[in-house]
Amino acid sequence: MNPIKILVAAKRVVDYNVRVRLKPDHSGIATDGVKMGVNPFDEIALEEALRIRERGEASEVVVATVGPHEAESQIRSLLAMGADRAIHIETTRETGPLEVAHVLYHLVQEIEPGLVILGKQAIDDDCGQVGPMLAALWGRPQATFVSKLTLEGGRAQAVREVDHGLETVEVDLPAVITTDLRLNTPRFIKMPDIMKARQKPLDRRPFENCGIDLPRLEVEAYLPPPERVAGLRVESVSELVTRLRDRGVL
Amino acid sequence: MDAILVIAEAQDGQAPIAESTLKTLAVARKIGAGPVDLAWFGAGLDRLPEPAGTLNGIRKHWVFDDPRLVHPPASLVSRLIGSRAREYSHLLMPGTSFGRDLLPRLAGLLGAPLVSDVLEVLGPRRFKRGIYAGNIHTVVRVPDGVPVLLTVRLASWRPIVVEEGPAPAPVEKIAVPGTIPVDARFVGLEVDQSARPDLQSARRVVSGGRSLGSRENFALLEKLADRLNAAIGASRAAVDAGYAPNDLQVGQTGKIIAPELYLAFGISGAIQHLTGIRDAGTIVAVNKDPEAPIFKVADLGLVGDLFAVIPDLLAELDRQGIGR
Repeated sequence: MNPIKILVAAKRVVDYNVRVRLKPDHSGIATDGVKMGVNPFDEIALEEALRIRERGEASEVVVATVGPHEAESQIRSLLAMGADRAIHIETTRETGPLEVAHVLYHLVQEIEPGLVILGKQAIDDDCGQVGPMLAALWGRPQATFVSKLTLEGGRAQAVREVDHGLETVEVDLPAVITTDLRLNTPRFIKMPDIMKARQKPLDRRPFENCGIDLPRLEVEAYLPPPERVAGLRVESVSELVTRLRDRGVL
Repeated sequence: MDAILVIAEAQDGQAPIAESTLKTLAVARKIGAGPVDLAWFGAGLDRLPEPAGTLNGIRKHWVFDDPRLVHPPASLVSRLIGSRAREYSHLLMPGTSFGRDLLPRLAGLLGAPLVSDVLEVLGPRRFKRGIYAGNIHTVVRVPDGVPVLLTVRLASWRPIVVEEGPAPAPVEKIAVPGTIPVDARFVGLEVDQSARPDLQSARRVVSGGRSLGSRENFALLEKLADRLNAAIGASRAAVDAGYAPNDLQVGQTGKIIAPELYLAFGISGAIQHLTGIRDAGTIVAVNKDPEAPIFKVADLGLVGDLFAVIPDLLAELDRQGIGR
């Protein structure tokens, strides 16, 4: 099989260690001064692409991001991880999964990758939609929630983490793959690679030039979820069982 | 005219109708925007899962029954359903791995946004859903002029009560053309062979964390689970350490569950784990560390070593004559 190109889509999100809070007026999420990072599932996607390239099965790994100007810092870290080049579709407004899928579809037509790999969901909006939406627009098969991936003879074999266990599927290439947590552990970035990443090509394009005008969900309100409060400390196992019986759950 | 299409969880006709399908029908009922049709994809659907055929409130069944639809690939299903989907104002699927794989693909084809993991219906086009692992809720509105597509957050809904309708709804079988391109194939499924209740729908769940220390120790939970007729769950740490299979993982990136009773042993309570049990009835935490964050959400907490507590608990259940 000839080496393929791989497109990896990555999103800038609030760092996964940050406990997010609402703005005091509940108009949105408080992001001022909050640490940002790459969506962890997308880092796994890049790591997998790099491993495929290192096995000689891919010739180039391109990273694409749709997001604000500040996302350049996340893009640089993805380049430092090992992506060959990056495309930054810049926009100041929130974009929905359908819009991002259309942007990626434009890029797919331009790059003609053999694989698109991206996270199964972003940890901010938890939508989990972009991968299958892109596969639909492209008319290509998909393997979602993937925890193991091998390529052979123009096909990919993927192990998917589904509700009832591990499902193995085979998809023709090109295909869209979305990553689950156990696919791999992303590498650490080394200092010299950060320096080198500054020289790698980064192609900036305004989102407005993509000519995308699509329906998207309107968020009418942001609300704190109902809180659970700490209950009772029991002193012994027998007290525990008695209390559970009193609550009618045993 | 408004009408709702519910795409049922993929299954054959041997097993009873999936609970996730009954929960999705509950959402359809709550939306109440018109007649409800059910679409079925699978192999072995020469009869419908009981009691789907006689279920009250269904206008019609679409049945796609073909050997190529065992564990149906999303690319194939979306080709089959194609333009039929455009006849509906609402398309609903359960938030199972089937629904989360398929419905975004249909949304892409229809050019419509999708509301993932609906936890509350506020109107025919207004819904509540969680973001940031459920730490924030949002109210979203689907704009006019496009169909409403949504997946159902299963932990937030109860299945409809099964009632027989006045007459069975008509069933339309749709042949799968032999020429349809198949670009994705099911190869195999490795199932956790267990007689225990399913984690997603169990009324009781016994769950363990990394403190269990090994796969062998993890088996300690089994005795208790069998005794309580409970499903077994695990924290991400326990799964990553190889103590439990991935399909037992509870949390943001695993299963979101809402059992009546959740017993957490040696689970510290990372925010991602707590997200998975937010809707549980009673949460019990057993942990050596009195400062473990799980105690902040537990209804009943016991500070102690799980290796001592589990045998004591089994003995106490004996003594009080529970679970026999």
